[in-house]
Amino acid sequence: MSLHRILLGLAGLLALGACARAPAPVHFFAEGQPEHLSDWNVVYVADGRLRLNAQVLPYDLDSALFTDYAHKLRTVWMPAGTPARYRQDGAIDFPVGTIISKTFYYPRGEGDTVLRSDDTGADADGGLTLGKVRLVETRLLVRRASGWIALPYVWNAGQTEARLMRTGELVPLTLAGADGRRQPLEYMVPDENQCAGCHGTDLTSRQIFPIGPKPRHLNHDFAYAGGKANQLRHWQDVGYLGDLPAGELPRNVAWNDRAAPLEARARSYLDINCGHCHSPRGAARTSGMWLDADTRDPLRLGRCKLPIAAGQGTGNRAWDIVPGAPDDSILTYRMQSVDPGVMMPELGRGLVHEEGVELIRQWIAAMSAQDCGA
Amino acid sequence: MQCSILVGTIGAVALVLSGCRKAPEAPVPAPADAGFARVLQEKLLDARPGDVIEVPEGTFQFDRSLSLRVDNVTLRGKGMDKSILSFKGQKAGAEGLLVNANGFTLENLAIEDSKGDGFKISQCENVTVRGVRVQWTGGPKPSNGGYGLYPVLCRNVLIEDSAAIGASDSGIYVGQSRDVIVRNNRAERNVAGIEIENTINADVHDNLATGNTGGILVFNMPALTQQGDAIRVFRNKVVENNHDNFGAKGTPVASVPAGSGVVINSNDNIEIFDNDIGGNRTANIIVSSVYSTGYKDDKASDGFDPYPERIHVHGNRLSGGGDSPDRMDFKALKVAMYGLTGHFPDVLFDGYVNPRRAEGPQICLRGVSGVLNADGPGGYKNPSKDASRYDCTLPSLPAVDLKRG
Repeated sequence: MSLHRILLGLAGLLALGACARAPAPVHFFAEGQPEHLSDWNVVYVADGRLRLNAQVLPYDLDSALFTDYAHKLRTVWMPAGTPARYRQDGAIDFPVGTIISKTFYYPRGEGDTVLRSDDTGADADGGLTLGKVRLVETRLLVRRASGWIALPYVWNAGQTEARLMRTGELVPLTLAGADGRRQPLEYMVPDENQCAGCHGTDLTSRQIFPIGPKPRHLNHDFAYAGGKANQLRHWQDVGYLGDLPAGELPRNVAWNDRAAPLEARARSYLDINCGHCHSPRGAARTSGMWLDADTRDPLRLGRCKLPIAAGQGTGNRAWDIVPGAPDDSILTYRMQSVDPGVMMPELGRGLVHEEGVELIRQWIAAMSAQDCGA
Repeated sequence: MQCSILVGTIGAVALVLSGCRKAPEAPVPAPADAGFARVLQEKLLDARPGDVIEVPEGTFQFDRSLSLRVDNVTLRGKGMDKSILSFKGQKAGAEGLLVNANGFTLENLAIEDSKGDGFKISQCENVTVRGVRVQWTGGPKPSNGGYGLYPVLCRNVLIEDSAAIGASDSGIYVGQSRDVIVRNNRAERNVAGIEIENTINADVHDNLATGNTGGILVFNMPALTQQGDAIRVFRNKVVENNHDNFGAKGTPVASVPAGSGVVINSNDNIEIFDNDIGGNRTANIIVSSVYSTGYKDDKASDGFDPYPERIHVHGNRLSGGGDSPDRMDFKALKVAMYGLTGHFPDVLFDGYVNPRRAEGPQICLRGVSGVLNADGPGGYKNPSKDASRYDCTLPSLPAVDLKRG
């Protein structure tokens, strides 16, 4: 065990000092579908806070999937002594026993509302203060010997426990913006198969995989309790990642980093929001439009490309992207819709991501104008 | 509207959910059994290979799409007018039923009013659809879902004895697949009745396509996983497909003029024989290139063949049609070539040919009243009625054998 790993463990133990009793260690279930999130003991509720168990490492992504303005607390845990492997194709190969968690929550507003606000991250120790936030759901991705499984847990009104809801759930919320605007929202918890709708990134194998924790999404600093560090290097330091290559590693920019080039911001946004399906291997390979980070062919990216099976999703626009003309492009139409038969992504939102739409509009508008045809 | 936290019995959950629903355009019929939605969803999640999941008689409401990812499962109802899965007022999910599995059979039920496609199955081997009705019950509308029955990236596909009504794109659409039989189906009041796209080895026979914008379409589109090849269209009734095109602009079918019988677009090796094709008021048969459907000639992807070649039309019973073409350009063309009271001949060809192909396009037309080459490449300036260059024949294509015994 590396020194860092021991220190991380000690930090965990110190954090637990305030508790009446130390929580049991993380429990990996090699089979079955535990009824309660607490059965896994990855995160736990104590003293009015949602806390991370020992060796449970928080992480974030440079650009995140939009989920109705939910904030997300992401964690990873791996069994001791089995680091994940860095793969040359830009993925991370996690060991059997890995548990990835993602808790979706909103800061609380006045009355029963929740706030529509930027995700500024969790508390300094990686946990959340329950008086300030409304927990909605925690999704687990668990790496078993047979592959990954996805399990959606929904938090109760008392915020004391999350129960497995394999068939998903609709959770009514009211979102309050800083401008006083209130938006009703039926937050959709996916069912297990819908989890695979996004995480089944390889349509042929039908295996599901994590989407977020790829080197290009992780390759930036994170404010750990012990100070800032590059996430990939930190994972290596704590024994979660072996054989990290030296030198420059792939890196996406933050889509909302106004200092970054517009092209890089837009491609980063499309990569994390669309690229899991719109790739040569994903479910939307049928469309011929690929929006993952590796795609370079302008036609594949949608420039002057006719849709294939969009149906009414075209919004009476002829091409996926008309360079220079965002209002003539199907891409923006589908991002601006909340009709289940039209909108993209198909799942995972009931609201329009206004800031995301604006970014893609700017990106298309900045392309040199091109006449796609009649 | 505020809803309480959703805990309790299945029935209570369904009641609370229905209370949350925003007011739909039309009143939602009272479900025969609201609790069945969650029960069916759980059965699909827990299915084991070999399972037969039964849908009883009744109308069952769903506010989210259903999905299945387990091989060799059968979902079977009591009949296409008895067991009805209704997605009216659907709130989430882009399809009615989405399947990603091999060996799936869908039988004897109806899927109604899904927001997007009715039934989609993607990346599969051996799919059977039998006795299934997919319908948008409000009639043809642009807001209807795109496809009724929609296998894509599949190998060994059988769709039979089914009906597709009201799709805003294609009623029965088979895309990017191989070894396909579509037979004894009824496609009515869709934009495209039956569409076979980028598919290799398909037999489309003994179907009725009527009241659509276009009856039976065989299309090949650029930038997809494979190009279409070897498709037989025979013993079908393709009559009076004259519905206004209500497809959204941009879709491949949006370019199909109302009144199209059988349309071949950029596909090679097609045999059309022994059909009854009549009363399609633009033309009974149209042969065209993607250059006529929205792609400029410098936009198609590398390696894509935009020209329809080796098209073999023979032994059909053709009647009427061509008398009232859709769209101003066709109307003008008809008047210019055939006068105010005249009509287009059975076959309309846009005229795009590969100049480097020594043997020409090999579009062989026998037993037709004539052909009009519209001279698309020349800007429609020199259309030609000369039928002599289409007087040829081609070897018949082999029948598709699904090897199912």
